[in-house]
Amino acid sequence: MKTIKDIGIVGYGAYVPMYRIKNSDIARVWGNDPNRVPVKEKSVPGPDEDACTIACEAAKNSLLRASIDPTKLGAVWVGTESKPYAVKPTATIVAEVIGATPMLNAADWEFACKAGTEALQGALGYVGSGMAEYAMAIGVDTAQGQPADALEYTAAAGGSSMIVGPASESLATYEASCSFVTDTPDFWRRQYEHYPKHASRFTGMPAYFYHITNAAKKLCAEVNMEPNEFDYVILHQPNTKFPMAAAGMLGVSKEKIIPGLISPYIGNTYAGSAVLGLAAVFDVAKPGEKILCVSYGSGAGSDAFAFTMTDKISEVQGKAPNVKTYVGRRESIDYATYVRYREKIRM
Amino acid sequence: MRHMSVTERKSGCDDMEEVAIIGIGCTPVGEPWHKSLRNMAVESTWAAMDDAGVDQVDALILGNMSSGSFNEQESLGSLIADYAGLGNISAFKVEGACGSGGAAFKAGVMAVASGYHDLVCVNGIEKMTDVVGDNATKILANAADREYESIHGISFPGLNAMIMRRYLYDYNVKRDDLAAFPVNSHKNAVHNKNAMFRKEISADSVLNSPMVANPMTLMECAPICDGSASVILTTKERAKEFTDTPVIVKGCSVKVDTIGVHDRKTVTSMNATVTAAQDAYKQSGMQPSDIEAVELHDAFSIMGAIGLEDMGFVERGKAPRFAAEGQIGIGGKLPCCTFGGLKARGHPVGATGIYQIVEMCKNLRGEGVLDIERGLTHNIGGTGSTVSVSILGRD
Repeated sequence: MKTIKDIGIVGYGAYVPMYRIKNSDIARVWGNDPNRVPVKEKSVPGPDEDACTIACEAAKNSLLRASIDPTKLGAVWVGTESKPYAVKPTATIVAEVIGATPMLNAADWEFACKAGTEALQGALGYVGSGMAEYAMAIGVDTAQGQPADALEYTAAAGGSSMIVGPASESLATYEASCSFVTDTPDFWRRQYEHYPKHASRFTGMPAYFYHITNAAKKLCAEVNMEPNEFDYVILHQPNTKFPMAAAGMLGVSKEKIIPGLISPYIGNTYAGSAVLGLAAVFDVAKPGEKILCVSYGSGAGSDAFAFTMTDKISEVQGKAPNVKTYVGRRESIDYATYVRYREKIRM
Repeated sequence: MRHMSVTERKSGCDDMEEVAIIGIGCTPVGEPWHKSLRNMAVESTWAAMDDAGVDQVDALILGNMSSGSFNEQESLGSLIADYAGLGNISAFKVEGACGSGGAAFKAGVMAVASGYHDLVCVNGIEKMTDVVGDNATKILANAADREYESIHGISFPGLNAMIMRRYLYDYNVKRDDLAAFPVNSHKNAVHNKNAMFRKEISADSVLNSPMVANPMTLMECAPICDGSASVILTTKERAKEFTDTPVIVKGCSVKVDTIGVHDRKTVTSMNATVTAAQDAYKQSGMQPSDIEAVELHDAFSIMGAIGLEDMGFVERGKAPRFAAEGQIGIGGKLPCCTFGGLKARGHPVGATGIYQIVEMCKNLRGEGVLDIERGLTHNIGGTGSTVSVSILGRD
């Protein structure tokens, strides 16, 4: 898909909570092998953090880089499956915090781990059609992992904000995007349930890999490029193994994946995952470089985006804390503290 | 069958027909999420009917352990006969836990041998991956004694680990030797296009794989998977109308033991295997030394070892060494699990017994890795609560 107007990303910003729990500690508690864990450690939101506060931090960082008047934002859209309120938008709080109200559209988007890129697709369309000058799309989660479940090792917290605007002001111009969606129930959470359920290995080949690789291939065909011709490739990162394996299927070399691969250090930030990886690549990318980003959301679907970095990227990279800074800003907590911070004990 | 057991003679079965297998078919074993239980059962049934060159059967007998729990679907006789286009024939399900396939095979053999039906299809079907792993383990545990075993939380890996521990203690066996069973199965699965794991593994990888239930590791356990296998039976007399290579059922026996392991005099032997094998040998007029290959029930490495001993192939306590010395491999004294066994071909529980029959037929028809005259299949339900042993041979 392409837009009518030439557009791109004019600002980006990330945020990752500072607390970390080691996977080996989770394995120890549940009697599992600490050497057979999916990531090294995962981020944990503090007791006063939630998806809304993380979204606000990421939004503010993206505004620092975009250097635009927040009231020019035509939309603030938050993609998450960790809404603090079941009914009441997170996006209105974010919009209020950054001073974007009242003349804008604000809404929360949900599509499991690709809610953030779903919001980004919407923002690209909103600006690309001329309905808004700027639009903000945020992917954020404080993911829920049931104690002792395989997902407890990776369900993490973090988010990233992307501001879409005119190509002339962009740090990365938009080339094309596509969405690939089927009804594939590999992971879900019903109302009133605290934790999601998943279908074990069914989340792999017919779900993650099928959608990621198809979305990537279809976008590549549209821009007439092979996946490995991009300088950087970001694939949704639920763990370390999956994106590396998907890259192999697409013929993408390891060094193109590594810069955007942060799940080994902070876990899977769900709706934040792909857009945090994109932000990590923006932190190091140089003008002219081409980027392929493919998200995955259970249920299931993938959004794929192609961007080209502009000269502006060098000017804005240092205007806000980069992803590496947030990843490196860490304080270890033990399982008991994690249980308290995440309110695992319910009486 | 020519040689009836004492029990069966007393039951008045002197004049039974000899039974032949004239058609075989199976689906690849794995995690085919794009296929349903009925799709798979119909696929293998039609494949077996095509192989036999028949377009209708008189009866369809299904071996299945737990479609009600795995798939929320019962009435398999009606379902599969309907979707296979077989009309209102005689069709029903036989259940004997993981030994359901072997038990269904005996029901099919009895139906033909007795003259009750002329052409019978026996289909083993299990679709286990409609539920996640923990639920599958729980459903499988229903095959144990609910009031004395599974109610306390023990599952089949746990029960078999206890049996393994006692076996190692009783016979002072070198623990590492048991790894030879999964190593052999994986090696043999490489040539089987229907196998789930077509990859060789080393003994080290078996022993260093995650501990499931001490002392048993993950790579000593057969996988949860889906599969369907079917055979077409008729009388030996009619078999030549359909094929030049019928496989004759020389012996077929199903025996039971106490359902709970705690009620047995020993846990390092399965009395149902011992008696079923004796019965099958008697029916066939054969003895262990006549058997050229065994499709062994290696759901857990220890089950394979005990099975070889219970059927009289190896002395007590010697099966692990026998396996470690390569004697169960292709080219060994007694090739076992020649298509990958439960460990590597896969163990879609209620279907396994029929996969074993299909695979042995291939060896006897010269379509497998062996060129043999006589082979034995060994299918266990529970921890040996229901066991079937069948001896097949060339005409």
